[in-house]
Amino acid sequence: MTFPTGAVRALAAAVADPPTASPAAILLQSGGSPLDPVLAPIYFLLELWSLLMAALGDATGLELLRYGFMHRAILVGLCIGVMAPLIGTFLVHRQLALIGDALAHTAFAGVAVGLFLNGVFSLGVSPYLTAVVVAVLAALLIEVISEVTDAYNDVSMAIVLSTGFALGTVLISLNAGGLAVGINQYLFGNLATVSAENAAILLVLFGIIVATVALTRNQLLYVTFDETAAEVSGIPVKWYNRVMVMLTALVVVGAMQIMGVILVAAMLVVPVAGATQVSRSFTGSLLTSVVLAELAVLLGIGFSYYGEATAGGVIVLVAVAIYVVAVAVGKVREARGDDAAPELGGIDADDGAA
Amino acid sequence: MTTGENAGRVVAERNGQGTSPGAAGEGDAVIELSDVTFGYTAAPVIEDVDLAVEAGEYVAVVGPNGSGKSTLMKLMLGLLRPDEGEARLFGEPSHAFDDGERVGYVSQHASAAKEMPITVREVVKMGRFPHVGFGRLSSDDWAVVDEALATVGMSAFADRRITRLSGGQRQRAFIARSLAGEADLLVLDEPTVGVDAESVEAFYDLLESLNDDGITVLLIEHDLGAVVDHADRVVCLNREVYFDGPTDEFVGSDALARAFGAAAGVLGGDR
Repeated sequence: MTFPTGAVRALAAAVADPPTASPAAILLQSGGSPLDPVLAPIYFLLELWSLLMAALGDATGLELLRYGFMHRAILVGLCIGVMAPLIGTFLVHRQLALIGDALAHTAFAGVAVGLFLNGVFSLGVSPYLTAVVVAVLAALLIEVISEVTDAYNDVSMAIVLSTGFALGTVLISLNAGGLAVGINQYLFGNLATVSAENAAILLVLFGIIVATVALTRNQLLYVTFDETAAEVSGIPVKWYNRVMVMLTALVVVGAMQIMGVILVAAMLVVPVAGATQVSRSFTGSLLTSVVLAELAVLLGIGFSYYGEATAGGVIVLVAVAIYVVAVAVGKVREARGDDAAPELGGIDADDGAA
Repeated sequence: MTTGENAGRVVAERNGQGTSPGAAGEGDAVIELSDVTFGYTAAPVIEDVDLAVEAGEYVAVVGPNGSGKSTLMKLMLGLLRPDEGEARLFGEPSHAFDDGERVGYVSQHASAAKEMPITVREVVKMGRFPHVGFGRLSSDDWAVVDEALATVGMSAFADRRITRLSGGQRQRAFIARSLAGEADLLVLDEPTVGVDAESVEAFYDLLESLNDDGITVLLIEHDLGAVVDHADRVVCLNREVYFDGPTDEFVGSDALARAFGAAAGVLGGDR
């Protein structure tokens, strides 16, 4: 799970495209996926990003900015830092913190399906794509079960979680041999294996997630805060719940590349929990959670690179450290009595009749 | 322009279009339940309820705990579907009704018990969501929000985190949210639980003045004193309707004793 530095840097030097490589070189390097024509414009953007990062690396002299794979890893990390707390905020305040974990484990089954199909039919499709499909289906399943039984319950979530993981391990063992080699990268995440194709897939997911939340933020907020009142006010709550779990599935798969199946749910929860301690308003907590998550991702990637540890774990530890600081800040503020009560006005009945 | 005025104007506009002017017939019923029976299990919680609330009425539903008051409200609002019979809201089947800006709703339990960071103003803002859909709130919308906050005396608390307020203050915020919606129909499920005594009185005055502006008010209440003082019409419920008529007649009737059972007997015996 950790990457021994010497080996990784040698690998990186061999695999990573030099900053000056043309888009065509990246296309070649990504192994000729059937998606290449569709993703071509995104590869171009990735190339621009890489140039920018390389320039930044030259300017600052930071060693970790010298490698193409790190450029992509940082971009993926930045996207995770936005989308995970964005969705996580809506989940945490509905007491759905664990759904991310359940979906991550089913996404692992999706990865296994992808590896299996690639092994049997040599499709050359990124396992993350099959993971998206399987996780979204599992998300809908969880949601429909909860609609029928009228409650999200721990038990059904636990069943979906273990079923997904069991299915994944079985498929992988059936297909054993060469494939088992690649499993660690999905379980624990890896900075060095973020290929151009996978980074492009993440950017697409990122776009879908941010656009959907931006469009439906009012409805999502209402449904999160007060489901009954939202229903009365004409919002089709059921549909927004379905949209929410599907978006969660997308976030989980996107973030899995760096965070890994086992730790991905932490990014949905920990920065949000930290922001909850220090924010008053919902908008404020949303922005704060994004800032905290970005901080955790960037510091985590930096520490893991120089400390030669696995990125996912370091990022989560940094996030938890930030959470602890946030709790302390929240307590101090409360003790200082920032919330002294203002005067309560009377109910103005005449106003209505005026 | 006050919130109440605004809402009154909306009502007037609505009544002007669509339905034939002046006709206060069957078609105008805001809420209509016909032979509605409903049970969560095989045993019915609501049985053979026939009820119509006309536009502009001030109706209170009373009954002992567990009498099905809240269930009745959910049936009216389309949150539940009747096992038998039909529930209609503004002439449409309740469950299919989706013109949410016409209905304001204040629930019994302030649902902000969870630790969600959100300010009072952000809560009241939600009242405008049915009007703005996917868009942003305009400055007019914000004006309505601030007006509603002022009406319930919560302007000074606008930027407070709602979970840190007392039950009564929180309930005021929810009332403000329903005001900000400028609805034609206000449905309130025991809205004054936890609100201090003086504010309760002022709150009922507010409801009355909103009702004078033409807003239909449906109040579900255990505080019989408040009901008798303010509502025009009382529906006394315990699984079935025991009484439905003007408040004056209700006070003189034995409906309450029958609905609450011999043991509870007197006014206020529902606790």
